[in-house]
Order: sequence, then structure tokens, then C-alpha cells
Amino acid sequence: MTDACLTFKDLTLGYNSHPAVHHLTGSIRSGSLTAVVGANGSGKSTLMKGIVGVLKPMAGICTVTSGKRVAYLPQQSELDRSFPARVVDLVSLGLWPRRGLLGRHSREDRESVSKALMAVGLEGFEKRAIDTLSGGQLQRALFARVLVQDADLILLDEPFNAVDAKTVGDLIKLIQRWHGENRTVMVVAHDLELVRTHFPHTLLLARRPVAWGETREVLRPENLLRARRFDEAWHDDAPWCEPDDGHAHAHSHAHGHDEHHHHDHGEVHDHPDHESGPRAA
Amino acid sequence: MYDFLIAPFVEFGFMQRALAGSLMLALGACPVGVFLMLRRMSLTGDAMAHAILPGAAAGFLLYGLQIVPMTIGGLIAGVIVALGAGAVSRFTVQREDASMAAFYLISLALGVLIVSLRGSSVDLMHVLFGTVLALNDDALTLIALISGLTLLTLAIFWRALVAECLDPLFLRSVSRLGTPVHFIFLGLVVLNLVGGFQALGTLLSVGLMMLPAAAARFWTARVEPMCALAFSFGAISCVAGLLVSYHASLPSGPAIILSAGAIYLASILFGTRGVFNTRLRRHRHRTA
Repeated sequence: MTDACLTFKDLTLGYNSHPAVHHLTGSIRSGSLTAVVGANGSGKSTLMKGIVGVLKPMAGICTVTSGKRVAYLPQQSELDRSFPARVVDLVSLGLWPRRGLLGRHSREDRESVSKALMAVGLEGFEKRAIDTLSGGQLQRALFARVLVQDADLILLDEPFNAVDAKTVGDLIKLIQRWHGENRTVMVVAHDLELVRTHFPHTLLLARRPVAWGETREVLRPENLLRARRFDEAWHDDAPWCEPDDGHAHAHSHAHGHDEHHHHDHGEVHDHPDHESGPRAA
Repeated sequence: MYDFLIAPFVEFGFMQRALAGSLMLALGACPVGVFLMLRRMSLTGDAMAHAILPGAAAGFLLYGLQIVPMTIGGLIAGVIVALGAGAVSRFTVQREDASMAAFYLISLALGVLIVSLRGSSVDLMHVLFGTVLALNDDALTLIALISGLTLLTLAIFWRALVAECLDPLFLRSVSRLGTPVHFIFLGLVVLNLVGGFQALGTLLSVGLMMLPAAAARFWTARVEPMCALAFSFGAISCVAGLLVSYHASLPSGPAIILSAGAIYLASILFGTRGVFNTRLRRHRHRTA
């Protein structure tokens, strides 16, 4: 695990004591390209938020290897499109990790911004107000911002939503370029064909990890079926998840294994005598 | 022309002081107003203006009409309300509009209660509407300090403020400055309202903050020029308001704010992004 970029140890993330990601253990290798798939409500976005640190874990830990810079493109951006900013202002936000609050934006910085705009096919859009961009153009601009961030770990949450086929192709090329530059990339995606074609590794989530490893192994019909069968709803009367007896920590192996942490949370419903920890369903 | 525009400021010391005080106020308050507007917190300024009343009133009750105790009192009340409302919205399910309304109403009622302990409604009028024509040295120094501090803080935190307005989630993913910047900004709002209440009163000081900013929005699509333009509008309103007040013997505070209001209404109609330019010139379009 020397080259792990990201490590999960019995990570549970969620809201109001209901878990959305349940007991995830494993690691993401540096330079890997991983798709995160699963049904709606299976915890994909929550996992991304947990990695960035916007959401604090309810249990367990999630560690980004120190020195690794993280770039995050959320599914639901809180971007205020009515704010009077130009495309170049939006993309220049990506300079923050390098320049921070007060650092001058140098000529190279400005060049990196225009190169990024060129790379996403938005040259000539520098001075356009962001409220005049189409959905796909805005998504390209946000990709340009990720480019400028020059991060080691790149997290993209459903970047292909509401984007036309040509743009998807362009964005995939960018992702492959990052992969080629030995950056670690995690992408939440729904299109399994796309995942099969372009992503070497896949994490299949259904609140708990269903399968994790080589894409063609993970996306086998039986895994997909199991992922689909999970109960999306929260139950207020769900029993408390038992504070772990330690075996979760025992298998903190590197990724590549099917079925990382299997202690049958589906069946915990039958034992309503657990007292603490996150809820099981 | 000279008699009308220049002479009042040359001949009378109180007019010079009023002009200097109100221009310095505009210098700090107008850019703050631009950010208030862009953060969709325009009414927050209004709420904060009500919120500083009990503090100013308590100072007034204890020390009479003196700038320093009233200012400190207003500052304390404003900071309590800003922090309280900000904390409720950041750490609970309630949004800032609701928590701000709750806190300022409590504060306002308390303020009216305190003023009424002292007695006459003339006093209340004074705290509510101020007197720009009676600015003393203490008040001018205070206003100068406040606008200087405001400009310095804006310059330092500019990038974070813009990022926090434009894409708060992004800022949170790259920096921990998001929440501190929000509170620093609320602090600036309180500071500028307190600076303005001696001149314009607690209720009207927010007018010099919001009206020029709202007017500037109709002329430009970028933040930096918007701030500069807001200050220009603010400055013009101050000069125009003081002149009108002098020549027509009208109260100066409302005259300044009404001048700003006139600029706002004109901007709605004639601004480059105003009604005439966006609605009525639409009969032609380009090929691409």
C-alpha cells in the first residue's frame, strides 16, 4: 500500500445518523482511474464529499496521502450563475491551491488558464459572462478549472450529466490525459458501457461496497443484481449498527478484492438489540 | 452656478464636514453594498440596521448624544445579532433569512424599549434618522477609521469574497476560509452601518450602502467596475443630497438617500443593462 493515494478504514459517512456509505475499507492506488457506480442513493456523491472533507465521517477514517492535492467537481454545484463573472474569472479560481488568498497571479498562471480553456475547446470564451454559457459549455469551463488546479487526486461527480455525446468524448479524452499523467482519478458515472470502455477499475456501491476491482470483474451481472437489490430508504426504526468487533479493521487490504467488507448488514434488521453506532439501514 | 453648487461647501464649515463625512462613508459602504447585493443579502443590511438600534440606544441612554458610547453600543449589538444569525444558519437547518429576521426583531424591540425609557420621541427620531450636518471631530475620525479599515479588509479578502459568492462549495473544497470570510464580511456590514448612523441614522445608513450598489448593477457585468461605480453614485448622491438639503431647507439624511434613489430609478430605465437597452432594442439580432 506504499503507493496508495487514498485510504478508507471502516469509513461510514451519512446524514442524521443514517449511513449513506457504510463500512468502506480499502485504498485507491496512485495513478489509478476508478469509476464509482451504483444506483441513486447508493452513496456515490456522499463518498466524494467525504474524501474532499466537506462531510465529516460518522465512523472510521478517510485519508488522502499527505502532499496530494485534491480537485473536486461536485454533482450539484453551488455555483451562482448570476454572479457577474467571466469565464476566465471562474477558471482562475482553480489557481487558488497554488496562489491562495493573496498570491499574485503571474503571467504563467494566466497562460495556464488560457491553455486549460483551449484544452476544453473554449478558446475565445474568456470574456463571456458565465450566465451566457450553455450547460455543456459550463461543464467544460469547470473541467478547465480542474485542469488549472493541477491536482494529484481528481474527483468528478457525474460529470457527464446533461452533456452531449461530443462533449462526453472530449471530457473522456481529458480524463484519459490525466490518467496518462499519472494522476489519480475517481469518476462517478451511470453509463456502464462508458465505464466498461474507459475505466480500468470500478467501485460498485450500494451503500456498502458490493464489489471493487477490475471493471470487467466488478460489472458482472450477479454483482449488478446484488447492487440493485439494496434498500434505498432510510428507516427510523432501523436498529443501531453494532460497534464493530474488530474484524472490519482486520481486512484493510488494498483494492482489487471483491466484497471488501462483508458482514451482512442486510440481515441486521432481525436483531434490534444493537445499541450504538450508525444505523444499519 | 457657483453659488448653487460650490458656495455652500466653501462658506460653511458644517457643510464641509457633512460632505467629508458622507463621502468617506460612501467609500466604505458602497463596495460592501455591492457584495451584499451579489450575495443576495440586500435585506440583511436592512435587518442589521435595525439590529444595532438597542446598542446605540443603550449608549444614548447612559451617556446622552455622544458618538463614542453610541458607536460602541451599536457595534456590540450588531456583532451579537450578526454572529447569532450567522451561526444559526451555518450550524442548524434554518436559513439565514429566517434567523436574521428573528434576531433583528428581538433586537429592534429591545431598542425601542430602551429609547422609550429615556422619554421623548425626539430622541428616538434622532437615533433613527441622524444628523449629517452636526458631525463633530470624533464622528469624522471614526468614519475615516471605519472606511479605511473597510477598504483594507476588502483588499485583503477580495479573492475569498468573490470565490465565496461565486462558488462556495469550491472554496470549501480548497480552503477553510469560507466561514471566516462570511463572518468578516458581516462584521464589515455592521461596522459601516454603525459608522453611518451618526450621519444618516440607523435606518437610513443602509440606504447609502444598498441604493448605489443596486444602481451600479444596471451598468456593468463585472465586480470591480461595479464597486467603483457604486462609490461614484454614492458620492454624487451625497453632494446632490447636501445641496438640496441646503437650498430647500430639507433634512439632509433623507435628501442624500432620495438622491441615491433617483439614480437607482434612472439606472433601471437607462442603464446599459436597464429596461430600455434590454427590452426595447431587441428588434435586431446578429447571425451568430
